[in-house]
Amino acid sequence: MVTKAEEKDETPIIINNLHKGFGNQKVLNGINLRVARGETTAVLGRSGGGKSVLLKLIIRLQTPDTGSIRIAGQEITDLDEEHLNEVRKKVGFVFQQAALYDSLTVEENVAFPLNRHTKMSQTERKQRVREHLANVGMDRDLGKMPSELSGGMQKRVGLARALVLEPEIVLFDEPTAGLDPITAAEIGDLIVELKQKRKITAMVVTHDVQGAKVFSDRMVFLHEGNVLVEGSFDDLQKSKDQFVAQFLGHGSR
Amino acid sequence: MRGKATDRTDIESENWIIRRFWPDRQYWEMIYLVLFVLGTAIAETLGPGRLLEGVSAAKSLVISGFEWFGDLGLFCASLVRAALAPPYELGELVRQCDSIGLKSLPLVALAGGATGVVLSLQIRDSLTRFGAKSLLPAVIVFSIIKESGPIITGLVLSGRVGAGIGAELGSMKVTEQIDAMEASAVDPYRFLVATRVLACILMLPLLTLAADFCGIFMGWVANTLAQPISLQLFLENGFKNVLFSDFIPPTFKTAVFGFIIGIVACFQGMRTRGGTEGVGRSATSSVVLSSLFVILADVVLVRLILVVYG
Repeated sequence: MVTKAEEKDETPIIINNLHKGFGNQKVLNGINLRVARGETTAVLGRSGGGKSVLLKLIIRLQTPDTGSIRIAGQEITDLDEEHLNEVRKKVGFVFQQAALYDSLTVEENVAFPLNRHTKMSQTERKQRVREHLANVGMDRDLGKMPSELSGGMQKRVGLARALVLEPEIVLFDEPTAGLDPITAAEIGDLIVELKQKRKITAMVVTHDVQGAKVFSDRMVFLHEGNVLVEGSFDDLQKSKDQFVAQFLGHGSR
Repeated sequence: MRGKATDRTDIESENWIIRRFWPDRQYWEMIYLVLFVLGTAIAETLGPGRLLEGVSAAKSLVISGFEWFGDLGLFCASLVRAALAPPYELGELVRQCDSIGLKSLPLVALAGGATGVVLSLQIRDSLTRFGAKSLLPAVIVFSIIKESGPIITGLVLSGRVGAGIGAELGSMKVTEQIDAMEASAVDPYRFLVATRVLACILMLPLLTLAADFCGIFMGWVANTLAQPISLQLFLENGFKNVLFSDFIPPTFKTAVFGFIIGIVACFQGMRTRGGTEGVGRSATSSVVLSSLFVILADVVLVRLILVVYG
């Protein structure tokens, strides 16, 4: 039951008893999670542990089997398409492989959400797009196609595209995976900057413990579809759990 | 004597009852063809290897065949829902009309022209044998506007556009671009699928006109090389007995081909999985399935047009 208090609760992300499986394979096994406003939560865990699925469930790119997901005070599990899109506009999603539209230039990619959801004039839009590209240091490659960019550059453009509608919540799917340490650190810095300047709420799925230590306020360790430990990096380090210790051990060596 | 006669009537009346439910001989070929095409389509959807895995495989084959058609139906339903409500993606529609229509024009014109030449060569030979050479322009015009033009356009487009859309949407699917579009609150059915299907429906009749034109013109050229005749005389002879009902229905039936090509290619593209290999599979299966269904639809539509206008 949803109580009155919960209905007014404007906590950006509340996940209750979320289950998701594909065929016979259970991926998420009753996850409970809250992300407070302005907080950056890192979700750690092994590959294939359901971290990316969790992110996709939050904006219903996939539908959960059971459980409840409230985004900015709105239950989204049974929302119709129109209202769902209103919620999606408040959430930015940075994809693992950037997922830029192949047929559009860098500028058009970032302008894509803007052209469809705002009533700004042409010049205002252009201005906004350049601003966001400048924030990620990509304002000199406006006319390039995504295939001409390196992986790190694609990710930065993907980040600009996710932020162009100025969302309250940003979801990052492995923002630093497959990047060299310097570029990965740059992306980490961008996340920290976002948190400080725009007060956004972020959820970051990552394997990168060192990076997560820098940009996150809180960490959640997922294992076999459950939250194993949550808290600060120190809390995780104090954990007696063998998997967590192993994960952190390998991560910080 | 009388008893015998009664017997015979009894037997005949029984036959008559059976015949009511048994299709006439003239429809048999059509039914065989429909069954054959459907069977091949189902086999193709499921992959040729699975056909040999015994009875349980055959059962799952039938089930997944039905599943495919069911999914296609649901796909069409969500497409119609997405396409009818505003906002309409006019810019994208124009872009698709350009890439599906205009960019296919050279290929379609070439295919139509070649058909005209071949028809002219073959029919000249045949008609000379029957002593009916003066009918040559009429036969070329009739065969091109009634069947050759539309079906050539349909098949060429299902190859070019079917593979193009299947691979494009397939690669967008496996690289999460479709997810990215949904994440930025844009309905991919409205933006990607509806525009492509509509562009196919709009462009196919126009391309058919181009194919018809090139076919008839090249038919005249080939004819003139063998035996000079003025273009005016050729056209006059050719179109003397052509009615609008010979021309309009076959040309606009290609809108149905366009719908089939668009919907099958988009459907195969959007359900792609399995990385780059899956993209290849989607491209192949959308070409195979859309050409099969175009041929099948042609049989049904020709029959239908003959019923309505014949």
